[in-house]
Amino acid sequence: MHESGDVRIPIGPQHPALKEPESFLISLRGEKITASSVRLGYNHRGIEKACEERTYTQGLYLIERICGICSHSHSTCFVQAVEEIAGIQVSDRAKYMRTLIAELERIHSHLLWLGVAGHEIGFDTLLMYTWRDREVVMDLLATLTGNRVNYGINTIGGVRRDINSKQKEEVLKAIDILEDRTKYYIDLAKNETTLLKRLQGVGVLSHEDAKKLDAVGPTARASGIERDVRKDDPYAAYAELDFKVISVNSCDVYGRTLVRLGELMESFSLVRQIIRKIPEGPILVKSPRKIPAGQAVSRYEAPRGEDLHYVRANGTEKPDRVKVRAPTLANIQSVSKMLEDRYLADMPIVIAAIDPCFSCTDRLIAIYPDWVMPRAKNAPGTYLNCAGVPLAGKLRGYTPVGNIVAWETIRLKGIAWYKDKGIDFTSLNKRLTKLF
Amino acid sequence: MSEKNIKQELEDKFTYLKEAVIIQRKGRIFAQVPLDKFDEVFAYAVKQMRFLALSAITGLDRGDGFEVIYHLNQEGKILLNLSVGLSKENPEVKSVTAYCPSADIYERELMDLLGIKVSGLTAGHRYPLTDDWPKGEYPLRKDWKGPVRNREVQNA
Repeated sequence: MHESGDVRIPIGPQHPALKEPESFLISLRGEKITASSVRLGYNHRGIEKACEERTYTQGLYLIERICGICSHSHSTCFVQAVEEIAGIQVSDRAKYMRTLIAELERIHSHLLWLGVAGHEIGFDTLLMYTWRDREVVMDLLATLTGNRVNYGINTIGGVRRDINSKQKEEVLKAIDILEDRTKYYIDLAKNETTLLKRLQGVGVLSHEDAKKLDAVGPTARASGIERDVRKDDPYAAYAELDFKVISVNSCDVYGRTLVRLGELMESFSLVRQIIRKIPEGPILVKSPRKIPAGQAVSRYEAPRGEDLHYVRANGTEKPDRVKVRAPTLANIQSVSKMLEDRYLADMPIVIAAIDPCFSCTDRLIAIYPDWVMPRAKNAPGTYLNCAGVPLAGKLRGYTPVGNIVAWETIRLKGIAWYKDKGIDFTSLNKRLTKLF
Repeated sequence: MSEKNIKQELEDKFTYLKEAVIIQRKGRIFAQVPLDKFDEVFAYAVKQMRFLALSAITGLDRGDGFEVIYHLNQEGKILLNLSVGLSKENPEVKSVTAYCPSADIYERELMDLLGIKVSGLTAGHRYPLTDDWPKGEYPLRKDWKGPVRNREVQNA
């Protein structure tokens, strides 16, 4: 709990250290964090409600856009639920294709994370290296699906694109390059003092806490919980493939790094197996427009952990309810535990270590008109603050009333600041008005 | 423990669950639980049957009432979905945070998006709607048809 004697620092919702809008409130005593709380919801876009008003196929495209990184995770999870309700038997080839894209997505996501982690600890060379290498897998995804991010490969009843022998060769070549690079990163993680000193013992989440707070994915596996939906509840082609669940017991950010690096190596092996084993056959079976009444829960091991979709159908072409539980929502609750009694400077890397994806976690935005700054009725030049109190003085040298500064004031202040520096927008504005 | 054993154990322990437990497929068990018996079934599932992890809580509007589904899992393998029906007039469930601390955020979601009361939840931030979201508007209710545009901003 936040106590009154401590210094409180709000971080976010808009903050240079956060890649997406979320708000953390940190209580500090000296440099130690005594309490922290999270306010989520800044990225809520109403996707679940929107799905209820769209057909299954339209909803699929929306679902794919929940997340810009694990888009395939959400779309696969959703189609699996719909297929289960409708009783559609997807062909083996389609299942292998889904698995192939899933593993390539995991590779791209983990490399991205490694770069972000490097950046958060001031090791930007690592960011440059991993993101350069990530381009290899991004190009591969673009070759196979036509898109770098939202692949659009899933559809109800199978996949939309097949793979040919030339593409298979390309995949194998790229995987060789990436494996070579990943071996270098593993070597780096084991020997580079910067990484060891900065990551070991930071953001500790004990095995018990991880269990109690239902952490998922690499966050849980770094705390010694050997849980992986691909193994525990196999979907797509995972039951026929051979792989290990990577887990370590160090319970810290360093462990989360090792788990992700280990998973990269497993993914390379999985991709090779898929290319070798992919059976011939159709990639798509016809699916009905109307899905019979029923319900299904689908699970998927996204790069960040267990993704869960619940779908209820009512016999029409639109779903009755679609529920999405993205992995970050399960993991964000353990962040407070990881920050407890740690240094403020550790915060960016601790938050980054769960690989948060807030777009997945929230799902709605409220539509509001522009922020209107009220003005006094008798004197239009005088602005009022939100309490209806006139703001003192002119804008330059303006002293805010209490600690409330309105958007309009900030805007006008900005214009005045530029004017001071000799940049005037007035003439530009006049010219623009003439134009339109 | 296999799905069949779980079904058997639930039906033996709670006679009113006869024919209410359905094994949909491998690893998926659905059970419809009466509201007044929900606490004991949930407690038994968590404490005795070791369904220790909560994957999510889904709330939905059935039209004539609400339904809340608790997705519990056992060591990540078998998913037990306990669902409970609520009336339209007075939708209220008890918080399960005492059993599963991670339920907190899902229960706040029920409150915000469906207007289901959750008793016993500690004070905290709302989730996921904005602080100035108008009172009495619950987006996931079937009769809710989108925000009124140009609504006056309450705290400009």
